[in-house]
Amino acid sequence: MPLSPHLQVWRWHVTMAASIFTRATGVALYVGLFVVVGWAASLATGPGSYDLFMVVMASWLGKLVLFGLSLSIFYHLAAGLRHLAFDSGRGFEPKTADMTAVICIAFALVATVAVWILAYFIGAV
Amino acid sequence: MDVSGQYRTPLSRARGLGSAKEGVHRFIAERATAIALVPLSLWAVYAVLRVAPVGYEGAVNLLQSPVNAVLAVLLIAVSCAHMEAGMRVIIEDYVQKHGPKIALLLLNAGVCWLGGALGVFSILKVALLGVGA
Repeated sequence: MPLSPHLQVWRWHVTMAASIFTRATGVALYVGLFVVVGWAASLATGPGSYDLFMVVMASWLGKLVLFGLSLSIFYHLAAGLRHLAFDSGRGFEPKTADMTAVICIAFALVATVAVWILAYFIGAV
Repeated sequence: MDVSGQYRTPLSRARGLGSAKEGVHRFIAERATAIALVPLSLWAVYAVLRVAPVGYEGAVNLLQSPVNAVLAVLLIAVSCAHMEAGMRVIIEDYVQKHGPKIALLLLNAGVCWLGGALGVFSILKVALLGVGA
């Protein structure tokens, strides 16, 4: 049985959300690497399989997956830097930890939207 | 019969025994690969934007550039090392039973190495042999 305070008795907090998002986006990117491997393998197989792969990724579902992956990349990137600061012993003051958690979430949203707007204007969407 | 052991936490039982004397390299490797993935993941976003509008030949041309081929190989290899380390921590956190834990750790390592090898091989094939190889 749990010996430490359990999830059910914890008040929701932004640092808790930041922690859960870090792990969740890590798992999403684990799956995402296999999208990259699928891309490389279809390219190595030939034009037929590559075109099929790109049609799937250009579909509604494919774009949704890519949007989720771009959000995950930017969040996990920011959260990773936050955790490197934690590992060096910095950023544990509650106010600082709250602020950096909000910054990570905001950065992920802004960077993702910016990249998709850029993708639209260069004809990549 | 000693019943006091039932009421002791794992921490109190471990206290005074020192560290496990191994595993520091896993902690360091996870962070070293994280640092390497900062520029590599940003390059990945850039590469996806370059590759999305250009089709098969455009994608092959992109990987014919040595810089792009090397960065793609590094992206896949370092990502696989990092995600193997990250998923290992998740498995060790949530799976208590020894048997299933070992099985999942082996599956995790196998999936990461297989994906990494297939990805790197594919990139090298395109980079070295080009269109229609």
